[in-house]
Amino acid sequence: MALEVTFSDKTFDNKRRKPEEFSEIALEIRRDIIKSLYLAKSGHSGGTLGTSDIFSVLFFGGVMKYNPKKPDWNERDRFVLSAGHLCPVLYSTLARAGYYSTEELYRLRKYGSRLQGHPGFDMKLPGIESSTGSLGQGISIAVGMAMSDKLVDKNNRRVFALTGDGEVEEGVVWEAAMAAGNYKLDNLCWILDNNDCQIDGRVKDVMSIYPVDKKFEAFRFDVINIDGHNYTEIINAFNKFISNNESKIGKPTVIIAKTIMGKGVSFMEDKYIWHGNPPNEEQAKIALEELM
Amino acid sequence: MNEIKLLGKKPTRHGFGEGLVVLGEKYDNVIVLGGDITGSVMTSYFQERFPERFFSIGVAEQNATTIAAGFALSGKIAFFASYSAFSAFRNADQLRISIAYNDVNVKIGGGHSGITVGPDGATHQALEEISFVRTLPNMTLVVPCDYLETKKATIAIGEKFGPCFIRFGRSAVPMFTTDETPFEIGKANILREGKDVAIVACGLLVWEALLAAEELSKKGINARVINNHTIKPIDVETLVNAARDCGCIVTAEEHQVHGGLGGAVAEVIVKNYPVPMEFVGVRDKFGCSGEPEELMVKFGLTWKEIYASALKAIERKDKGFIGLRQVKDVEDYKE
Ligand SMILES: Cc1ncc(C[n+]2csc(CCOP(=O)(O)OP(=O)(O)O)c2C)c(N)n1
Repeated sequence: MALEVTFSDKTFDNKRRKPEEFSEIALEIRRDIIKSLYLAKSGHSGGTLGTSDIFSVLFFGGVMKYNPKKPDWNERDRFVLSAGHLCPVLYSTLARAGYYSTEELYRLRKYGSRLQGHPGFDMKLPGIESSTGSLGQGISIAVGMAMSDKLVDKNNRRVFALTGDGEVEEGVVWEAAMAAGNYKLDNLCWILDNNDCQIDGRVKDVMSIYPVDKKFEAFRFDVINIDGHNYTEIINAFNKFISNNESKIGKPTVIIAKTIMGKGVSFMEDKYIWHGNPPNEEQAKIALEELM
Repeated sequence: MNEIKLLGKKPTRHGFGEGLVVLGEKYDNVIVLGGDITGSVMTSYFQERFPERFFSIGVAEQNATTIAAGFALSGKIAFFASYSAFSAFRNADQLRISIAYNDVNVKIGGGHSGITVGPDGATHQALEEISFVRTLPNMTLVVPCDYLETKKATIAIGEKFGPCFIRFGRSAVPMFTTDETPFEIGKANILREGKDVAIVACGLLVWEALLAAEELSKKGINARVINNHTIKPIDVETLVNAARDCGCIVTAEEHQVHGGLGGAVAEVIVKNYPVPMEFVGVRDKFGCSGEPEELMVKFGLTWKEIYASALKAIERKDKGFIGLRQVKDVEDYKE
């Protein structure tokens, strides 16, 4: 039987939740990812599924301050997806937060869609804070935002950004890290998606970034190591960042989240070939069954 | 001249990958650097065949470019390839100083170029590299038209000493050159004779130019089609002859109209033999997601635009316009 794809119009509130409450949200996001990539016939399955748990807590756990009805609200916290290729997870998250209709998920990567293959600022999709997709630039933009908030406007806004672990092979990433440490950006929360997978293979084989926690320590970060699929650990990590920020610790925070590429879909898990591939019809069916 | 036929479709990047293997077999000082997309730009062929001469640098295009310069300064023919968006722009300073100014034997592959990258969208659709790379002193820039020509061009730049850049694409595109088709760096190929209008194209648009010429011939118009695969050094003689013989020129490229092939041809024509020119290319816009062929249509990169531009160029020639347009045309010129 042919696979018929529909997206529910369910949305979720952004509030403090018990750890077990996040699984329902993450499942919804993972199903959106599979469906939208299947319809798009191209795109990145691995890293999007792998970061769904983090997105669930960040956007629906009362961590970030935002208003989907007023995306330009000037007191909002900002999120920059430096690993721009992971946008399907962000597109689903923003739709489920109520920024726009889940109807838009049908047209990922299609001509005229606001859901571009990599986030396009020109499309004016609510919730997107910058064009990204050229790896390494987003995190540097996030540092600029955090500097503007902390050093010039002296407000209480926070900046969150997510990079991949292959992405941090880019030199500019470490220039950004140096600036964040130098300017004591305790309003910056950097999430490193550490799945040890990139396009050509394992990060440790393609170009090792390890020991990565020590590098961030040397750049004067508060380093938090977590299991990126354990909701309690994700919640605690964001709480630590918020207390770092409130107590003006004088350091940026990095959350190094150990994740599994393709998490939730057995045949994709921990396989780097799923970095940049969409599921075909058969694979999408199996994946959606596993994600019930 | 032999009849040109469609021989199937294949991505030009395969020609690049195969060309590297040929070079590797011929010269043991060829080395290749990978930028985490070796399977996309087909440096993976070389990696499989010569693992001891392949080095993974990770997602670090600036570093890979300067590391290539270091290899070249140690007697190697050093290749680095990534997507054009990152191997012409992320590393622009490195290309300018460490490669071009040093005048070293480094070859840069710019893959996944142009709008035909498709669904990945604007960030990945490099439409500006011809403009940038061709302004670098010492640099050779080739934009081959199909799979086989990309293979020949890859081998040719490997055998030419000095900084070279080769631009190629992702999706499967028409194949129409053969083993007999000549390829020489700096020597444009006349694929079709004609004296009414000259169509000068590079890359994927060469095939579209041939289609346009075929349509024009149905109206009794004979278009000369020139495959201008080398943007730098440009073939002045062939271009000036075209201006003299045809009296008007249309350029066509999968690139911004500003500063690319059209700009390069215009520099030659304005100086040596001014004739009316029309430019087919992307008109000062970023790309977006879509299917490759859909985007070619939406961005005006098909034979139809070439055809229409040819008629316009001929009309201007016939009205006796030489260089400048009339005032009423100025609006149109701004687009
Ligand atoms: C500057 C730049 N170079 C290369 C690419 C192509 N590219 C896209 S994703 C990727 C690998 C990134 O790996 P990682 O950050 O680990 O992401 P994951 O595989 O976990 O999704 C590469 C090389 C790019 N988008 N930008």
